[in-house]
Amino acid sequence: MPTHSTKITKPKLIVRDLNFYYGTERALKDVNMTIPEKMVTAFIGPSGCGKSTILRTFNRMYQLYPKQKATGEVLLDGENILDKKQDLNMLRAKVGMVFQKPTPFPMSIYDNIAFGVKLYERLSRYDMDERVEWALSKAALWTEAKDKLKKNGTSLSGGQQQRLCIARAIAVKPQVLLLDEPTSALDPISTAHIEKLINELKTDFTIVIVTHNMQQAARVSDFTAYMYLGNLIEFGDTSTLFTNPKHKETEDYITGRFG
Amino acid sequence: MQGKRDAIWLFHPQGVGRACTKGRQSTTQQAACGIDTKAAEATTITLQTRSEQRRNAPDSPVSGGLPPDVASAALSGLPRGWPLATPSALHPSPSGAQRIWPNDGQQTLIMLTLYARRRLINALSLGVSTLAMLFGLFWLGWILWTLLANGLQGLNLNLFTQMTPPPGSEGGLLNAIAGSLMMTFIATLIGTPIGILAGTYLAEFGQRGWLAPVTRFINDVLLSAPSIVIGLFVYEIYVIKIGHFSGWAGAFALSIIVIPVVIRTTENMLRLVPNTLREAAAALGTPQWKIINFVTLRAARAGILTGILLAVARISGETAPLLFTSLNNQFWSSDLNQPMANLPVVIFQFAMSPYADWQSLAWAGALLITVSVLTLNILARVLFRQTVPSH
Repeated sequence: MPTHSTKITKPKLIVRDLNFYYGTERALKDVNMTIPEKMVTAFIGPSGCGKSTILRTFNRMYQLYPKQKATGEVLLDGENILDKKQDLNMLRAKVGMVFQKPTPFPMSIYDNIAFGVKLYERLSRYDMDERVEWALSKAALWTEAKDKLKKNGTSLSGGQQQRLCIARAIAVKPQVLLLDEPTSALDPISTAHIEKLINELKTDFTIVIVTHNMQQAARVSDFTAYMYLGNLIEFGDTSTLFTNPKHKETEDYITGRFG
Repeated sequence: MQGKRDAIWLFHPQGVGRACTKGRQSTTQQAACGIDTKAAEATTITLQTRSEQRRNAPDSPVSGGLPPDVASAALSGLPRGWPLATPSALHPSPSGAQRIWPNDGQQTLIMLTLYARRRLINALSLGVSTLAMLFGLFWLGWILWTLLANGLQGLNLNLFTQMTPPPGSEGGLLNAIAGSLMMTFIATLIGTPIGILAGTYLAEFGQRGWLAPVTRFINDVLLSAPSIVIGLFVYEIYVIKIGHFSGWAGAFALSIIVIPVVIRTTENMLRLVPNTLREAAAALGTPQWKIINFVTLRAARAGILTGILLAVARISGETAPLLFTSLNNQFWSSDLNQPMANLPVVIFQFAMSPYADWQSLAWAGALLITVSVLTLNILARVLFRQTVPSH
């Protein structure tokens, strides 16, 4: 049973006996874990280990595809989000997500951010302007984008587009932010920007990040989970996991012996 | 055999990888091959002379002189000096790397003949495809030339100001042009919304159930249905019932041709929209109707508009369905309940006639249609190129 040795925090997401199926293929096997509030939790592991899959159960993204299903429980503040009665749109207002590839909507930078906000709040023009500025500043994009808010989101560079997507996600003020390999399509400078951003955002949001890059997990996260073939092998404090892993598999992976 | 294999992996970085996996090399050699694609690039440069190879080999960064920790870091993806990495386990013996370098003249010769063969094949296929292209262009050019040569003679202002004449007198094509524009416009107006809605259904909701595949199949049949069948169909269900040819019947027949074209392009264009964009919108908690309206349809709008333009281009030249539906009218008519003049049928009638002035008018009409269809096609192309997302 994973233990959090050094930091004592309030749990935000509690995963209990989570199984996930793509058709008949079992992609997650009885996963149990607790994701602490206002911390960065990283998932690492080789391709196909289920780390993206588990992320996609946290906002029930899998629901878009009829053949995918999850069993077990995922408690967000004690409420089971896998429950059929759970309103998906309300859940996704609380749990935002940023994807591997930047996905700006085909509209202006301003509208990209206002789009999500308008789904939940009716703001005056002035308040909306303020919200857009807040989100863009939070995502460290305001200085670069403030003069071209009316321009199409796709006119930004890849790294800027990804920050726009982060701004769009935080503009609706979610509680949890899921990042699915947010920097794997970006160059090192943009990556550094976003990692710095993750560090700043964790004061307001609970962040869950999936990454292929172990140094990134080591740099940005407080807790790390190592997954392999659908099993949660080890979960714990990041520095402990990287310096003193309890499991042989974890050690093999982080030392680069495979994967 | 050994020589040939070496030769293959000299040519291309991918070649190196392939040779590594296929061959019986030990793990150390595999690792050495995988060190860096630069190794392969470096070797291709050294194809020139053997003396150069000798000069380059010792101080090349990959020929075995790699410090162990750098090599292991490169292999494991970890930075230099990463405390947990165990260099002894990861670092291969550098001797494998040296095998990348060719070391006798025979190998160089094999490489050169291989290269010559590839160049020959390349030249041959390029030649054949150029010929095929020229063959196609030749007929197209001939058609356009005939059209221009005959059509330009009949082209004058009267064409746009006067009605179709009886044989032997002066006249133009005004009623036919107006009739064609009206029917095309109405057909587009009817066909486009139906096509876009149905295409959206197929692309966005068509993953489950039986309705979508059936619709798609029927649509494909309709797409390739001969237009004369559509003409006959409208003749049977509408023209016979009301007892005379009419502009409405023509517009209706044309709209049946528009619908499958628009359905197909709408579906295809929506499918080109990356799924991640839908997921991103859904991840914000956007209801599906909003995702479709404000994100996916918007992202595909240039492509859909292109499809509509192409559908318009397609129906503006259709003759067969109009023969059975709107037929023709010698006089000006803006009444859609009456038979209506239109360019294709006028061209058909006039071109088959024995009168020289009618034939000249038919050529002018054909030129008009071709130019407008060409314009629509070019417009569609420009529009599509401008706004298609490039990522």
